[in-house]
Amino acid sequence: MAVRRHETRPIRSAEDVVAVRRAVREGSIAAGFSLVDQTKIVTAASELARNALTYGGGGTLALELLNDGARRGLRLVFEDQGPGIADVELALRDGFTTGGGLGLGLGGARRLVNEFSIESAPGKGTRVAVVRWK
Amino acid sequence: MERIPILKMGECLLVSIQVDMHDRLAVALHDDLTSKIASTRARGVLIDISSLDVVDSFIGRMLGNIASMARVLDAQTVVVGMRPAVAITLVELGLALPGVRTALDVEKGMAMIQGALAPRERRSNGRPPA
Repeated sequence: MAVRRHETRPIRSAEDVVAVRRAVREGSIAAGFSLVDQTKIVTAASELARNALTYGGGGTLALELLNDGARRGLRLVFEDQGPGIADVELALRDGFTTGGGLGLGLGGARRLVNEFSIESAPGKGTRVAVVRWK
Repeated sequence: MERIPILKMGECLLVSIQVDMHDRLAVALHDDLTSKIASTRARGVLIDISSLDVVDSFIGRMLGNIASMARVLDAQTVVVGMRPAVAITLVELGLALPGVRTALDVEKGMAMIQGALAPRERRSNGRPPA
């Protein structure tokens, strides 16, 4: 699998979340996504970027354009050095929140992508990697 | 800080969100609308989101909160112009915007608000409702 483009963005403010949405939109256009697929990956990115900011105290997004044979895709990796998640299964459940939100961010983002993985432990921060294929 | 403009037309407040809102801007819109409904005694709130290419859970929640807050202040809220790709994504995200009335465009949204207000106006003029 070849990586055609790679860029990293900071997530330190609410404005950075907007910039993340814009960068992911551009990436999904470059990957040839349909309008609906663009909207899904941008929305997932918005949820995950907000999580990194709200719960992780800020972090980074690494964005990669993928080529896997004839398939093109977009991989997004969100990382923060925050307090981490004690119970990942619980955090993925709809309606679970510790931040006063709707609790749709993590579980909702997972439904909007094709591949989803999360690594987190208390005190170790959180890393969420998602891929959406064209 | 930048703000989303709120226009008053008769008994209605009109909002057209033309920028990709960061979260603080969305919260500011909620707060501004709350005070404006109270100060203008508005009976209807029309929010045009046809320029938004993304509505995530935070913005969706803000729209729901505006509708609830307006209802408590005796005003009807209609959200108009949601793009089809946004609607598909919102439902998949798990957010069906319960309690938020929607219409396809501004014209239909205005008709919805006026339709909801008209019978009450007739009553307040001393005539029976149609």
